Amino acid sequence: MEAVKQQATTSAARGIDIALMQRGSKLNMAEEATCLEVKDFNLFYGEKQALHNIDMTIAKNRVTAFIGPSGCGKSTLLRCFNRMNDLIDSVRIDGQMLLDGKDVNAPSVNVADLRRQVGMVFQKPNPFPKSIYENVAYGLRLQGVNDRATLDNIVEKSLKSAALWDEVKDRLHESAMGMSGGQQQRLVIARAIAIEPEVLLLDEPASALDPLSTLKIEELIYELKDKYTIVIVTHNMQQAARVSDYTAFLYMGELIEFGATDELFTNPAKKQTEDYITGRYG
Amino acid sequence: MSDKSFSSWVKSGAPWVWLNAGAVSISLVLVVGLLGLIAVRGLSHFWPADIMEVGYIEPGKKTELIIGEVIEIETVPAARLKRVGVYLPEGQESAERLLVKVGNRDYFGMDFRWVNGPWLGEATYPEELLSIERREWGRFYGRLIAVKQQGEVVASGDDAYTELQLRLKRSNELIADIKHLEYKVIGKINHGIESIRLDKRQLELAGVAEGSSQYIELAKQKQQFDAQYSELQKQLTVLYADLNRDQLIVKISDGREVEMPLAKVVLTHRPNAMTVIEKIGFYGHAVWDFVSSDPREANTEGGVFPAIFGTVMMVMIMAVLVTPFGVIAAVYLKEYAKQGPLIRLIRIAVNNLAGVPSIVYGVFGLGFFVYFLGGNIDDLFFQASLPSPTFGTPGLMWASLTLAILTVPVVIVATEEGLSRIPRAIREGSLALGATKAETLWRTVLPMAAPAMMTGLILAVARAAGEVAPLMMVGVVKLAPALAVDNIAPYLHLDRQFMHLGFHIYDVGFQSPNVEAARPLVYATAILLVLIIVGLNLVAIHIRNRLRETYKASES
Repeated sequence: MEAVKQQATTSAARGIDIALMQRGSKLNMAEEATCLEVKDFNLFYGEKQALHNIDMTIAKNRVTAFIGPSGCGKSTLLRCFNRMNDLIDSVRIDGQMLLDGKDVNAPSVNVADLRRQVGMVFQKPNPFPKSIYENVAYGLRLQGVNDRATLDNIVEKSLKSAALWDEVKDRLHESAMGMSGGQQQRLVIARAIAIEPEVLLLDEPASALDPLSTLKIEELIYELKDKYTIVIVTHNMQQAARVSDYTAFLYMGELIEFGATDELFTNPAKKQTEDYITGRYG
Repeated sequence: MSDKSFSSWVKSGAPWVWLNAGAVSISLVLVVGLLGLIAVRGLSHFWPADIMEVGYIEPGKKTELIIGEVIEIETVPAARLKRVGVYLPEGQESAERLLVKVGNRDYFGMDFRWVNGPWLGEATYPEELLSIERREWGRFYGRLIAVKQQGEVVASGDDAYTELQLRLKRSNELIADIKHLEYKVIGKINHGIESIRLDKRQLELAGVAEGSSQYIELAKQKQQFDAQYSELQKQLTVLYADLNRDQLIVKISDGREVEMPLAKVVLTHRPNAMTVIEKIGFYGHAVWDFVSSDPREANTEGGVFPAIFGTVMMVMIMAVLVTPFGVIAAVYLKEYAKQGPLIRLIRIAVNNLAGVPSIVYGVFGLGFFVYFLGGNIDDLFFQASLPSPTFGTPGLMWASLTLAILTVPVVIVATEEGLSRIPRAIREGSLALGATKAETLWRTVLPMAAPAMMTGLILAVARAAGEVAPLMMVGVVKLAPALAVDNIAPYLHLDRQFMHLGFHIYDVGFQSPNVEAARPLVYATAILLVLIIVGLNLVAIHIRNRLRETYKASES
């Protein structure tokens, strides 16, 4: 029994190794341009504290992955970047979260503007019950862009960036609800990048998808990082290893370890991290 | 053993299935039975039944001839017949009693008559028997003797009927012309004169000195109208003289020959001479007349068009008022208000509003809308026409508003339900794209909740269209002089009183002097009301299904 478990762990670890081997040069956080900074950040749901003293820096045009067991606070942290937690009445925060040096929670910040800068894709594909075209144009129309030619142009560009254009170009005006799950998720990504955000938050974007669609999403993330800073929450450690440059491991609302993905997976500094990535719990 | 099989039968759930199926069947039987009853009773009224001619020998009285339609046949036991002096042969337990529509109310005093079967002679159905629908005094049965023009006989015998049809067509055309002049043209002139009077009163109220140029201008206009009016009056005199040219002579069942002006005749037919196809054609015509023409004779004859129009109009205005009101209230309660005891209390209050007896809404509408709101509107905007009220009297607008209040809880509840069914993911998706809460609501959530709003509206329409009691206080009348829509600006007159099918049923059925004549009309009006409610609902359901198709959300 123990032997079987051991073998499973090693094969999982080997998957990660292969993923890491495909990456190029080593990364160093000190050389990166800063996009988001989290300083001594705490979050409470009523009396219960969900995040404890988080400190981290997210590098510009890199993919940062949050990993950790269920309920560790990784999605909660992600939702703080575009203040989605504002929607929950009982949430109280403490500490700073800076986007390009400015506090996102400052009273002067317009939440709608912030969310335009920090796009988000959710776990389950959530296209609007409108046409494919209108889904992508939604954010633009919100900004008052109604010029047909401009919209056409941006919709096409966004769908191409989301690697969806070839599949849907003949049915742009059909309902988005008729697409497959994987297509819907890429549509949601296209919708998010149509308004040209700086940061793209992905909350387990592939967890509801089949392996082939997952692969497509991962390839897409790889391509998008040239233009956007990407933060991804994932359950799947191989996925984190495959797509991310930096990885943060959270456990029970605390940031246990944060560093370059290669480092964290091959040479974790903390025992908890090692236990988690080798599958001993989680 | 049998005990065990019984308990296992109970355990299997089969009794519950039977119970449920039984309940559904009973409901179905009731609904179908009710609809069937009113459909059969109501729709058979328009069928051109054969006219019977029969001798009637009441013991101790002279033999008389009866001409009429058999409306109803009932079987009466011998004992009861004995009490009215009908003695049946030994061994016969019961006999028939017939309700005959004999018409000719102005000559016989009654147009329905019960006759005892055993006293009837052999019934015959002569082809020449004529049924006449008149403008007054109800139906007339008899034999056509001659057609006269200004007292001179122009046709008699067999030709008379053909001649009658020709002249009847002409007189009906003349009547249509007269009606057009009286209601449309003169109506417009009256409206003009009335507005001059109001303008004059306005000047008086404003303190303009008598004899000033404005008065002279108004007097000039009035003169023009007066001139137009006397011109029309002349035209009408000519038309009336033309109309009264022809008469017909008809012999009724007691042998008298009666002269009748053709202007009093709406329609004649000889049902005994008609083939089935002709009868079907006549039937279609009669049904169309019923839904498309104005009522006559205290609503017991003619059609119900003004009532249909009033019902549909009121329901539509109510829908226009109730939908935005209910939706806005629901959006506030569900999306913006801080959920707490107060909101819960409001919600309970709203739900309970639906249980308040509708007459209470009627009284409220009369007190608040008609007297308070309407009275103040009159004081502010219609000063000149006081003391006769414009909006300070029951009318279409107040009736629609009252029903809107009556049905708003339904719309609120349905809309709230719909709003709570929109997946959170959709809202978050919109917010994450930089939409504000209001934008999310307006662009995504409300369109997706539209089918639920339509469901609320469907329920509201169903309730409002069938409501009668509150309407009696806030705008429905037995006979409205004019429709709410006409050719006089502003074309839609929300201050006018109107007719309503539900009230029409009550009025015809229970307030009519001629119960037997009115009874089939009650059924016919009832089936019409049901059809209109079904029609309105089908339209709403169709719209809802299309909305559902458009805004089909992902698995929520």
